[in-house]
Amino acid sequence: MSKKVGHAQRINRWGYIFLIPFLLTFVIFQLIPLISTIYNSFFENYMSGLTHIGPTFIGLENFKKLLSGRELLQYTGNTMIMWVLGFVPQILISLLLAAWFTDPSLRLKGQRFFKTVIYLPNLIMASAFAMLFFTLFADSGPINSILMNIGLISKQYQFMSHAGSVRGLVALMNFLMWFGNTTILLMAGMMGIDTSLFEAAEVDGATATQIFWKITLPLLKPIFIYVLITSLIGGLQMFDVPQILTNGTGDPMRSSMTLIMWLNKYLFNRNYGMAGALSVLLLIITGILSLIVFKATASKDVD
Amino acid sequence: MSDIEKNSQDINLGAPKKSMISVRVRRLIAYAVLIILTILCLIWFYILFINATRSNGDLSRGFRAYPSTKLFTNLNNLFHGTLPVARGMLNSLIIAALSAILTTYFSTMTAYAIHAYRFKGRKALFVFILAVMMVPTQVSALGFQQMCYNMGLENSYIPLILPSIAAPVVFFYMKQYMDSNLPKELLEAARMDGAGELKIFNIVVVPMMKPAIAVQAIFAFVGSWNNYFMPSLLLHKDEMKTLPILIAQLRAADWLKFDMGQVYAMVAFSIFPVIIVYLLLSRYIVGGVTAGSVKG
Amino acid sequence: MKQQIKKIISAAMIAAMVLPMSACGSGSTQKAESTGDAGNSGTKEEGKVLNIQCWNEEFKDRITDHYPGYKKTGDNTGKIGDVTVKWTITPTKDNAYQNNLDKILPDNANASADDKVDLFLMEADYALKYVNSDVTMKLSDLGITDDDLSDQFDYTKDIVKNSSGAIKGSSWQACSAGMIYNRQAAKDVLGTGDPDKVQEAVSDWDKFNETAAKAKEKGYKITSTVNDTYRVYSNNVSGPWVQDNKVVVDDNIKKWVDDSKKLVDAGETTTADLWSDDWSKGFFPDGKVFCYFGPAWLINFSMHADEDGSIANQGGWGYCNGPQSFYWGGTWIAAATGTDNPTLDKDIILNMTTNQDILKAIAKKDSDCVNSKTVLNKLANDSTFGNKILGGQNPYKLLEEGAEKVDMSNISNYDQGCNEEFQAAMKNYFDGNASYDEALKQFDTAIVEKYQELSTD
Repeated sequence: MSKKVGHAQRINRWGYIFLIPFLLTFVIFQLIPLISTIYNSFFENYMSGLTHIGPTFIGLENFKKLLSGRELLQYTGNTMIMWVLGFVPQILISLLLAAWFTDPSLRLKGQRFFKTVIYLPNLIMASAFAMLFFTLFADSGPINSILMNIGLISKQYQFMSHAGSVRGLVALMNFLMWFGNTTILLMAGMMGIDTSLFEAAEVDGATATQIFWKITLPLLKPIFIYVLITSLIGGLQMFDVPQILTNGTGDPMRSSMTLIMWLNKYLFNRNYGMAGALSVLLLIITGILSLIVFKATASKDVD
Repeated sequence: MSDIEKNSQDINLGAPKKSMISVRVRRLIAYAVLIILTILCLIWFYILFINATRSNGDLSRGFRAYPSTKLFTNLNNLFHGTLPVARGMLNSLIIAALSAILTTYFSTMTAYAIHAYRFKGRKALFVFILAVMMVPTQVSALGFQQMCYNMGLENSYIPLILPSIAAPVVFFYMKQYMDSNLPKELLEAARMDGAGELKIFNIVVVPMMKPAIAVQAIFAFVGSWNNYFMPSLLLHKDEMKTLPILIAQLRAADWLKFDMGQVYAMVAFSIFPVIIVYLLLSRYIVGGVTAGSVKG
Repeated sequence: MKQQIKKIISAAMIAAMVLPMSACGSGSTQKAESTGDAGNSGTKEEGKVLNIQCWNEEFKDRITDHYPGYKKTGDNTGKIGDVTVKWTITPTKDNAYQNNLDKILPDNANASADDKVDLFLMEADYALKYVNSDVTMKLSDLGITDDDLSDQFDYTKDIVKNSSGAIKGSSWQACSAGMIYNRQAAKDVLGTGDPDKVQEAVSDWDKFNETAAKAKEKGYKITSTVNDTYRVYSNNVSGPWVQDNKVVVDDNIKKWVDDSKKLVDAGETTTADLWSDDWSKGFFPDGKVFCYFGPAWLINFSMHADEDGSIANQGGWGYCNGPQSFYWGGTWIAAATGTDNPTLDKDIILNMTTNQDILKAIAKKDSDCVNSKTVLNKLANDSTFGNKILGGQNPYKLLEEGAEKVDMSNISNYDQGCNEEFQAAMKNYFDGNASYDEALKQFDTAIVEKYQELSTD
């Protein structure tokens, strides 16, 4: 008996061994920079030109400054709105595709082709993608002329000058870049599902809807939670698309300024103190939101 | 999805004939949506290609839907310019491939440690790694850069490759995938056969994780391939630069040399390798439900 | 065993004692050498590697083509005598170029000899950041006198003067700029394409705005975007952006806001970004744009003269000074503190920015508007310098006059940030997304984010 326990312990020791590479790398390349970030949040510490000001300990002064304005709330709102605008269609389309691809009664042809194609936009660099968007949505660009030709609008619409359209374009670009990603994640999850399950279900007279909700989705649940949480985190960290599309301004009137774009403003100007404080706030916001999602979906996943 | 629901209700109620029709309608809808999505996905490559065939002056006139004749001029200018384009591609390939390999292998290993073993602090570690996942990458960028300078890691690929070993997002995916696809009975069976733990991991676990590894390898490869920020701060020797740096350099060219046609040609050129890598790896994912399963 | 350990320890002791001594020795001889050098300046040993930091290949091309004795040995290497020249190019995107300089310049004196930065390039927008810091050498410390620079335009020297008046950089370009007008549009709107007559119609902002209204009647936008005129206004301010750590919006910049708002509301211009498709469409006749504002390089390289059907291709542009004089662009050469090639640095700066033969050759080969009053004067009277894009007009007389009038004494360390953020914030006002006060408030917010040490009202 005790021999058996000892053996199990010996085997379980491998858990530690397998964790070594991760932990070692993590401590060197992430933890140390992260701790210095948090440490900095309590200091006045920035570059004025080439002159280093500080570091001077100022307690929670940086946090006070950040929380005194409405910015934090406003940019959190912007970020969430643009994330939802892009994420809802993204997850719906991904699930729809997952349902269709697993539906034995549909027998879709060319599945391989469609599955391959959907991820392709993600291969284009965001900055190159944005160049194409600028060309297409320019005042004198093709989208405007098409809309004018079919009579939807009478004069050129300035896509970059309206809050709604800028947010819409950000969401559209995010959607295009990431829905393939989501679908692929779900599909990789489905690869592991035994196909005979679907066939057996069909023979038993289950409808497509039933197969999807009763078989596909439960089996996909862990991956689905992964998609949800990483999308939320990715959404909160939304940066490159709105940054490039609005040239870093987040205009009109900062209605498309995201939290990380705000952080980037401090980082760009080497304000280590304020950037550190904002990072800590971001960490707290992300933590709370992720915890909610995690609790709601995966409470029993870690036994 | 409402379509499906409605249609499937029809199936429930209906005679076989009606269900045949509704399947046909659903199939039609599915094809229509798929075709629209395909167009939405591919049009960018078409525009990129079109723009790569146009001259700088032509491009300034705005969008055209048809190609021009300057593709070879642009490519010729690109390859006979002073930018080490071919070398840049090789550098990008090395960094992206090594990052993808390291991140998938070690994330699988980390996930396996949490998934398969019961040890003290396991749960805490899992939660800890998830918490780490929430740290925006930008947060530690400054400290990271500082550290690389202090450690003399400028003009080195180490800070661009090695950190990928600790990728919480990839780890989390692997863990979730194992939850649904890696039965513990299988591991027990392997142990009965007397295999060592490392051997079990390499011979049994890794092959079973192929689809997940393929997915994350693609993501890691693409992410590294398109990464500009850190490499631009760390790589200054021409023979070490990656493609995104060279593209940025091309876009910063002086007035005399500035040529958007070349920029587009280079963007198009730099996409080809990722497409190939993607097509190679995607075999493991898009094979269709019928092609693979736990059995295979 | 024990004896072995003893041996090792004693060997280590000897090494520990000898090494510092030898280090001392070499240190002192070096010192002796360098004091000896000060006497016969220049002949002694200087670095074997000349490192030059830049963001594109412009300067490398100028050196390759024009610097006497430069031999290209590779894409980014060359030789001057037995000194190896190494070019390090860092792109400007995401501020990578400045980030790199900020990192290496402060420690330059301690870098190993072959890695020391000797020369680096700056643009006007951020030059003061380096000029007002110890990382850049005074040209006088290299042995370059005010006399050497006397033929350069004053504004090009103002941009690189530190707060105590020392010059710390030098440029071979004088990018004085003016109004580049569409001759056909001028004929339609004003009934004449003659530069002098057109100048009369735009000689101050009131007349310019009147012309804008006339242009609209004929279906032309006066400019492609409000951002075209921004530099013209902002180069003619009565005080710097920042005074006593306070951001001040100058009257002339406020005038840009008011004038521009009227133009936008009247549909006489747009709020497009510079370099966007919407901006450059006026380079073609269908774009229906009356004029652009810019220097010689804009005319020569950006207006798509080699594209069939462009106005430039047909020689359809004209050039006049416009309402106020201004400049746009230019590259300054600076020597980094800690350089180990001061003699060569001096020679390169003098040759490339003051040698009239070289400057004339640059003007001929590369169409740069060079930083020499004498050379520009000669070019103005040289009939072979008529510009095809301008329908044969020789712009050098106007460029020279314009460069004399540019006054950049009111610059501050913060200009790049202030100009960028102000234009971005005001776009909201022009587009009708905010009132002037709201837009101004957003500008204030952006400035404090950028420069924590500044305050606004």
